[in-house]
Amino acid sequence: MNKFSIYQYLLILFVLVLGFTYALPNLYPTQPSIQVAYTDSGKSADQMLLNELENILENNQVRYEELFLREGKIVIKFSTLDQQLESKTILQNKLLDKVIIALNLEPTTPDWLKNLGGKPVKLGLDLSGGVHFLLEVDIDTAQQGRLELLLDTYRKTFKEDKIQVTDSSIKDLALHFQFKDKESYNKALSKYRLDSPGINGLQYIITERPASNSLLLAYSDVALREIRDYAVGQNLTTLRNRVNELGVSEPIVQRQGSNRIVVQLPGVQDPTAAKKIIGKTANLEFRLEANSRTSPLRKEEFNFKENDFSTAFLEKAVVVSGDRVTNASTGFDESGFAQVNITLDMQGGRQMQKATSGNIGRKLAVLFVEQKSKSELVTGDDGKSIIEQTTYIEKNIISLATIQAVLGTSFRITGVGTPQEASELALLLRAGALAAPMKFVEERTVGPSLGKENIELGMKSIMMGLALVVLFMTFYYRVFGIAANISLLINLVLITGIMSLLGATLTLPGIAGIVLTVGMAVDANVLIFARIREELKEKDPQTAIRDGFSRAFITIFDANVTTLIAALILYIIGTGPVKGFAITLSIGIVTSMFTAIMCTRAMVNLVYGNKNIKELKI
Amino acid sequence: MNIRFQFMKYRKIAGIASMIIFSISVLSLTFRGLSLGLDFSGGTLVEVTYETPVELESIRNTLIANGYEDSQVVNFGTNLDVLIKVADQNGNSSIGEAVYSLLNEKGFQGELKRVEFVGPQVGAELRDQGGFGMLIALFMILIYVAFRFQYKFALGAVTALAHDVVIILGLFSVFAWDFDLTVLAALLAVIGYSLNDTIVVSDRIRENFRTQREMQPKDMIDLSLNQTLGRTVVTSFTTLLVLFALFIFGGEMIKGFSLALILGVLVGTYSSIYVVANMLMSLTLTQEDLAIPEPEGAEFDELP
Repeated sequence: MNKFSIYQYLLILFVLVLGFTYALPNLYPTQPSIQVAYTDSGKSADQMLLNELENILENNQVRYEELFLREGKIVIKFSTLDQQLESKTILQNKLLDKVIIALNLEPTTPDWLKNLGGKPVKLGLDLSGGVHFLLEVDIDTAQQGRLELLLDTYRKTFKEDKIQVTDSSIKDLALHFQFKDKESYNKALSKYRLDSPGINGLQYIITERPASNSLLLAYSDVALREIRDYAVGQNLTTLRNRVNELGVSEPIVQRQGSNRIVVQLPGVQDPTAAKKIIGKTANLEFRLEANSRTSPLRKEEFNFKENDFSTAFLEKAVVVSGDRVTNASTGFDESGFAQVNITLDMQGGRQMQKATSGNIGRKLAVLFVEQKSKSELVTGDDGKSIIEQTTYIEKNIISLATIQAVLGTSFRITGVGTPQEASELALLLRAGALAAPMKFVEERTVGPSLGKENIELGMKSIMMGLALVVLFMTFYYRVFGIAANISLLINLVLITGIMSLLGATLTLPGIAGIVLTVGMAVDANVLIFARIREELKEKDPQTAIRDGFSRAFITIFDANVTTLIAALILYIIGTGPVKGFAITLSIGIVTSMFTAIMCTRAMVNLVYGNKNIKELKI
Repeated sequence: MNIRFQFMKYRKIAGIASMIIFSISVLSLTFRGLSLGLDFSGGTLVEVTYETPVELESIRNTLIANGYEDSQVVNFGTNLDVLIKVADQNGNSSIGEAVYSLLNEKGFQGELKRVEFVGPQVGAELRDQGGFGMLIALFMILIYVAFRFQYKFALGAVTALAHDVVIILGLFSVFAWDFDLTVLAALLAVIGYSLNDTIVVSDRIRENFRTQREMQPKDMIDLSLNQTLGRTVVTSFTTLLVLFALFIFGGEMIKGFSLALILGVLVGTYSSIYVVANMLMSLTLTQEDLAIPEPEGAEFDELP
């Protein structure tokens, strides 16, 4: 009488097959591989590069298993880690800056599984090792920059229109204009109103103060949001480029909240180097050296980067700035010193040509512009110490060389230090400038050995916990216990399958969540079995089984929904690893309900369903 | 029906015990506070592993000599692993690397296991978010239980949860254990778990109130607690089994997490017996409270 219909069995079977299929990719080992991409991110790898790589590897007699083109990159698989490292060194030495080579561990999922969308579970940084950065975009500076530009524009306009301004400044993110008299004030106001629908579609808020003949101009909220989105978006793009250049196989660069950016670099072993590239807001300015005819107002004094004590005067006018650079690479000059080859865009080339044509024999300086930040402890109004992080711009001369000929779109800078420094400079030039400065607000680095250790410890905990629970259940509930144990194992497979299918990330707390699920998942079965025991006192075995299952269902449902609520809130407030815990816990709750109720019932039905049992041992 | 154990006979003693521990927890939380982990306090943490044990005192002295006065140096798990915390509040993100290279220079050559830096604003945000999340969780659960059961149960359930959470926080405060994000996660899981227990007990009380009409509320609750005792003990036991496995084998990084959960399961089991039932007794749960037959019953009965 306790029988499932054929459809119920088919449903269970369907879920099981699905779960097992998608959990399967996790059983295949990973294989050492490298990914080769062109340094120029606009160019995807092609057959030519493939042939070149093939030739280099064959000439150096390096064994590899497979070499193929995939999504603009060339993937080469090896059978050992030694071969992987050896060929990376060989290829990098041969191809230098032309390509970026990333080490990777390629899953060996068979094709039929891949076609079904099967892939192994993604590991979080605490398990794979790597670096996690949280960067905050300094919106205030971006807004300040915009305002300065605007201030200049208006100063010019007012001057042209003969509107007399006695004072103009930026205060609290607004432009302040003080006019000489009512007439100037009125003229300026009409000018303002004319412009107010917006330059670049931005909206301003004008505060009129006719009594004092002054005007205030501030950005509206919409405009502020636009500036913020633009700055964050621009920085995201720049960061993506920089991260690409680092040669990390599966980086994550994402916006978080209104003005933060998350950067995750799995497998990166040297956080300092990564930070140097990501965090640097460097730019270049090309300026002519001031000569005797330059007026004192038009020149500025700068330090040399390598030598703090020597300085030089440069003209204030910038010939070309770093954002005109379209490509930069390293090479060596005739005497074997490192140099940086620079290519400018058309406009940059024209500007460079104009500036250098009349000035052969004068010196051209390359000014390195860096955004730096320092923090200070200051005492606030309420007497408490607060931290103030200020950013400032530092400009240093990295090279000052005589102009030998008229320069155009491509030229080179020599005397840039070691080859290492040269390639770093080239990289920063290629990656472009940031729209607004950023600072690191969070950093987590997990060494590769710790990652491995965490996986081992986590697996051990799951195994031990599982073994203890399985033993206890078998001992305590006999046949029913075995059914519950099988459900528990199915549950683990389903959790793995769903996590793989959803592309969810497994973290150390996530593993802890699975361990906890193992302990709590049997709860549903314990509830059912306890209920059956009770029902057995008054009813025959078959009725007791039926009523036990159905009566316990409501309780199980209520109890699980509340845990699910807690898990969902954890998912919302948690970050990184803790989110991983919330994910495994939530998935575990849902799958455990399915396995404890459906699967256990199916097994109990198969064993006892058709028999006329006199006595039930439970 | 035999009532094997008269839980409610001891309800006053249990109530007083709960209140004393609760008060101690609140006092400790007020005056001592929590020893906040890096996630919430902000600062820098460096974990280095050495091939041979190193003297913590000499590392400490090296750090102090080089301007890192406000730093803690402790072993982490084994005596080969050294954990260095620098409570720099300036939000300088490169202290971790600086400390590691300083130690390498001064002859403490080891392998860098991890560096964590949490800026002061991020720490404060995580703190606020955590507290807020906890309150939201309690509130949503209150609503769900009130909707599924009745407000007296909901009050009982939420009192039990607050009881559990405050006592665990109190223990972390009294023993100055590190309170970080994973412990907060464990605490939220405890809320879920403890509620599991509470609902099972409440469910049975509700059922008995409807079927056993001539019993006294006190006996009714005792009967319900006895009926669910077997399940409560078995589930707590299996959960504790896995948690001890996690505590022993899971490694140093989730020690605090497993500890909070172990405490949570113990306190949660106790509170589902004494706190909830105690509340129901105090609020004098009556037949009328549960008189309306539950509409969901019928539709669920035919399911597996």
